[in-house]
Amino acid sequence: MDNFELICPAGTPAALRAAVDAGADAVYLGFRDETNARNFPGLNFTRQDVADAVDYAHARKVEVYVAINTYPQAGNLGPWQKAVDDAARLKVDAVILADPGLLAYAAKRHPDLRLHLSVQASAANVEAIRLYRDAFGVRRVVLPRVLTVPEIAKLNAEVDVETEVFVFGGLCPMAEGRCSLSSYATGLSPNKQGVCSPATHVRYEQRGGALASTLGGFTINVFGEGEQAGYPTLCKGRFVAGGAPAYLFEEPTSLNAMDLLPELKAAGVHALKIEGRQRGKAYIGAVVRAYREALDSFAAGRPVPHIDLQAMVEGGTQTTGAYTRAWR
Amino acid sequence: MTASLTLGPVLFNWPVDRWRDFYARIADEAPVDTVIVGEIVCFKRAPFFAEAMGEVVERLTAAGKTVWLASPILVGSERERSAMRDLVSADAGIVEANDMGALALLAGRPHAVGPTINVYNEATLAWMAERGAVAVSLPAELPAATVAALAKAGRELGVAVEVQAWGRAPLAISARCYHARAHGLHKDGCQFVCGNDPDGLPVTTMDGQPFLTVNGTQTMSHGCLCLTAELPALVGMGVSRFRLSPQAMDMVRVAEAFRAVLDGRRDGAEVAAELGGLIDAPLVNGFYHDTAGALRVA
Repeated sequence: MDNFELICPAGTPAALRAAVDAGADAVYLGFRDETNARNFPGLNFTRQDVADAVDYAHARKVEVYVAINTYPQAGNLGPWQKAVDDAARLKVDAVILADPGLLAYAAKRHPDLRLHLSVQASAANVEAIRLYRDAFGVRRVVLPRVLTVPEIAKLNAEVDVETEVFVFGGLCPMAEGRCSLSSYATGLSPNKQGVCSPATHVRYEQRGGALASTLGGFTINVFGEGEQAGYPTLCKGRFVAGGAPAYLFEEPTSLNAMDLLPELKAAGVHALKIEGRQRGKAYIGAVVRAYREALDSFAAGRPVPHIDLQAMVEGGTQTTGAYTRAWR
Repeated sequence: MTASLTLGPVLFNWPVDRWRDFYARIADEAPVDTVIVGEIVCFKRAPFFAEAMGEVVERLTAAGKTVWLASPILVGSERERSAMRDLVSADAGIVEANDMGALALLAGRPHAVGPTINVYNEATLAWMAERGAVAVSLPAELPAATVAALAKAGRELGVAVEVQAWGRAPLAISARCYHARAHGLHKDGCQFVCGNDPDGLPVTTMDGQPFLTVNGTQTMSHGCLCLTAELPALVGMGVSRFRLSPQAMDMVRVAEAFRAVLDGRRDGAEVAAELGGLIDAPLVNGFYHDTAGALRVA
């Protein structure tokens, strides 16, 4: 049986080496600017960093993908087009794009550059995926986290484009690339600036014995004594909608679909993706190693091992998210 | 100012009689030019409106309105897919695509692009124009400079550019139903609790500050977008269409007020003060002014 490709995140050169050494088949990363959807301070790669990353990875038969997956700003397409040009020049193995205008540019200017469709494009059905294939020659689609495994199987039966799905890490409960929640609270958005719930707009306030976290002046959570405080990502906050305060959109939890490897294989999924370009090299190394072991075991026809990743998950809880219907 | 007014689709789950009556009054009284009709938020709601759809379209058309049907925002399941295909093939007129799948099916014939499709720049606008888009309604989060660049490109390409100027802003869509979740239910057994909230379910922070609005699988702003004061600038940029998104309020009065501002009969700021009193939400315009969407910039 063909093994899944394991696609791993890197926010720094050290994380890239950790991912490569731990058994990634490909590492995805972004340039150090607003062209990618993890545009966080201190993260991401200069052009020289990418050149070095490609050397390191290719020497070990690992691929490098560059995510250029924000939506280019009207009247200022230059930085995004240059990012595509530079990625091609640096001989990366694929670019991960979301914007149709930028896809058109890449397809025309760099016909040999492999194009992947970012999860930020939120292509959730056969018709949408065929459109990106036919119009731009997209070879792989990262599926949005809105589909169940049976829906993914049906989709794969009808499209001849590789699909890649997230299996581990942070989980957007909203369709990716179609969310302006962060923008509403802070003015900064994933689509425009490549940021969600940015640290520049976060405050922590002591309120008696409780600790409140706020984003853009809106209280996202209040932690009582003894409760572990988390980062105020907007959709992981506690709000009131008619009853007691509750995690209305999603609990602070991490996706972990390791138990679903057989189902994802049967559904025709080509590649599995780990989220977390903002994570450190120790985290990346541990998660990639665990998934490498699980994938190799599964590919060899052995049972998927139970590997404890509890220490790696947000809020200490794990979910299979939208892959199972009950999540809805 | 020759700009036209568009009434966006009703996004909330109103009883079908209310929905039918709403459109009857729009047909008779509201000075809107285009009316976009269709249940675009939740596939489960669509059957309730199907029975009244023909009558509503006929009534609006007879009253001289241009009627466009809208495709759903999120299309994942087989049933959602076949509904999308049926919509596109059944209607020979203009369909407003709200998902890239519908956009794919509409290629080569005149169509509209709805605000939940990401059009952020002139390159994407040009690509859509080439494929037959005649009107593009921009995402709510775009700031003035982006709107200006897109309106300019739209004029060159022959695509009408539209901006939402009234109503709660759509902020997110999900496979999960938050209305059901807030009631301790799952989407499959939702009991259509979204029908209890004709203007959506208010979401406040833990300290009681109004923040968001849940509308089934959709999350919207609490604040109501209002760009009456910005209309002259928007028209100056070349924006030719303004979308009024229905709320559970007197939308005829809203449309009359916007028409009066566009015609130079009333002042935008004064109209905002009047309309602000008709809805239980602050008026906001932060997105347009390139800041937090929840803010109002004077």
